[in-house]
Amino acid sequence: MEKKYQFSPETMAVVQKMMGRYPEGKQKSALLPVLHLAQAEFDGWLSAEAMDYVAEVLNITPIEVYEVASFYSMYNLKPVGKCLLEVCRTSSCWLMGSEDIVHHIEKKLGIKDGETTADGQFTLKTVECLGSCGTAPMLQCGADFYENLSLEKVDTLLDNLRKDGERRTYIKDQKVNMD
Amino acid sequence: MGKKLLLEHIDVPGIQSLNVYRQKGGYETLKKALTSMTPEQILEEVKTSGLRGRGGAGFPTGLKWSFLAKPEGVARYLVCNADESEPGTFKDRYLMEKIPHILIEGMIVSSFALGANTSYIYIRGEYFYVARILENAIAEAYEAGLLGKNIMGSGYDLDLYVQIGAGAYICGEETALLESLEGKRGNPRIKPPFPAIAGLYGCPTVVNNVETIAAVVPIVKDGGAAYAQIGIGKSTGTKLISASGHLNKPGVYEIELGLPVEEFIYSEEYCGGIKNGKQLKAVVAGGSSVPILPAHLILKTAAGEPRLMSYEGLADGGFATGTMLGSGGFIAMDEDSSIVKNLWTFSRFYHHESCGQCSPCREGTGWMEKILHKILHGHGTLADVDLLWDIQSKIEGKTICPLGDAAAWPVASAIRHFRNEFEEYVKQGHSIKDVKHYYRLNHLPEPVN
Ligand SMILES: Cc1cc2nc3c(=O)[nH]c(=O)nc-3n(C[C@H](O)[C@H](O)[C@H](O)COP(=O)(O)O)c2cc1C
Ligand code: SF4
Ligand code: FES
Repeated sequence: MEKKYQFSPETMAVVQKMMGRYPEGKQKSALLPVLHLAQAEFDGWLSAEAMDYVAEVLNITPIEVYEVASFYSMYNLKPVGKCLLEVCRTSSCWLMGSEDIVHHIEKKLGIKDGETTADGQFTLKTVECLGSCGTAPMLQCGADFYENLSLEKVDTLLDNLRKDGERRTYIKDQKVNMD
Repeated sequence: MGKKLLLEHIDVPGIQSLNVYRQKGGYETLKKALTSMTPEQILEEVKTSGLRGRGGAGFPTGLKWSFLAKPEGVARYLVCNADESEPGTFKDRYLMEKIPHILIEGMIVSSFALGANTSYIYIRGEYFYVARILENAIAEAYEAGLLGKNIMGSGYDLDLYVQIGAGAYICGEETALLESLEGKRGNPRIKPPFPAIAGLYGCPTVVNNVETIAAVVPIVKDGGAAYAQIGIGKSTGTKLISASGHLNKPGVYEIELGLPVEEFIYSEEYCGGIKNGKQLKAVVAGGSSVPILPAHLILKTAAGEPRLMSYEGLADGGFATGTMLGSGGFIAMDEDSSIVKNLWTFSRFYHHESCGQCSPCREGTGWMEKILHKILHGHGTLADVDLLWDIQSKIEGKTICPLGDAAAWPVASAIRHFRNEFEEYVKQGHSIKDVKHYYRLNHLPEPVN
């Protein structure tokens, strides 16, 4: 197998440091944060090979990684667009019009919830409450929260994200303007 | 103005930084604790304060701390629950983002009181940017000798780490959180043993909410008795309320427990009334898990007394006419809101978040979501409403963790207080055509008790 899955030296240093946070023999505790690093470094999703690599790094069995990766909603087990638009759909956001936001994005990008645009730029995903209910409706893209959304703001946001062109990851603040 | 203990300095420019926080008296409490108090004395102050867990269950914090087992030579842990995923709740995020050092100071004081030398803050993955704020604050604290070895020359050592989650409401349940922190799926553990005996890595552990730990700072600063003076009865101190929904001024408010609900909703000091001059229809007062109440019962108790925002005040009348303070996630709904559709968003949430270990929860949440969807789309029957009631009653109390109850209560209370509205959906059937606005029924029936 070509060594596609190999953390950069900088990431490896972070991983090593992380493992030092737990008592001797409890390095498996680093699994969730390390999976986040893997996802950020390996194109925004976790392939079986990427998970096998994480298992190797943490010296645990692959199944221990698979069962965790499949449990948590922030790990993508399929490729996603450069910008994963996670729109909150729960009560407070719904009361403040999140459905309109979702429909607007669907129409504008020509995709449905869960789908990715043909150019690989955007994936739309409706998600549960993100702790931003007082500034509803809202969406998260990478680490950044975009709050008090309106259809106009969403338009500007999508334009600016497209212009920016960079892949969003949870581990980095990459906020763009939407006003 | 109500008394502010946690948010007093929230508007001070730069309060996120250690320097400004210290200028405002920050870490003086830590100094007091480390140089003039024993762990037992701190525990006594927390007991005297009457502080109750701010994560949702309201368990007395001092009592919880006193259960912590202390076997010789075994590590003890304090884990801060910053998972905050209960729909309608965003106060912990606000506190950590705006004034991170109050949590860090609370963690150090509490860890000292509990005899922990390693502590973790477990934060939901979606709050990555908040985790970075905390990590910066922690780095500042290490730099200043407030963390690490021999803190403030006291001989006490503490390492504090932020652990990031990855999207799972269930990891807010304390034993699921511990599983997750150990690098596993967030499946709640069967209790006993309780974490106080066997928690993180099998060691005695205390899990407390962000706000609970932050509240330890003012308690130790001014004494438990002073804290107990604030509030009402057994609901002592202040509480952060996350206000959302159809309010003129949604946001996080620190209230003195005992504030009348009416004042909270309508006064300019707090939420400033209902948006667009509409009438209030219903409130979910303590996060998605607590029973929904129609306007007349949230403003006044069944006995006609003003309803107060306190543990006892909101619970007055039991589940027949009352609700719970829960996490303090206060969601207000105006006259145009559909109770049925709001409930569907909750049921979909619980179905999505069930860990799947217990069949009543795993299957029941799915059935409830499906039936509600059917009713919403005009395909429901009156028997479906009874079926919903039946399912929720068979989940409650029959599961490993309280997520089952949390999924059942919103359904039970919506049917209890708004049965007419369910029947209206059933009767109007296919006439509810407008896909986007099918939640706006023309003639909303009056709520029943
Ligand atoms: C499904 C479920 C989700 C929970 N989510 C949270 C949460 O996000 N934050 C929190 O502090 N407590 C949450 N709790 C409560 C915790 O289990 C625990 O009681 C709490 O962290 C204890 O801290 P406290 O005593 O300081 O409130 C949750 C409980 C359940 C059953
Ligand atoms: S009640 Fe639900 S969430 Fe809790 S352990 Fe059982 S299946 Fe999991
Ligand atoms: S309901 Fe959308 S952020 Fe809470």
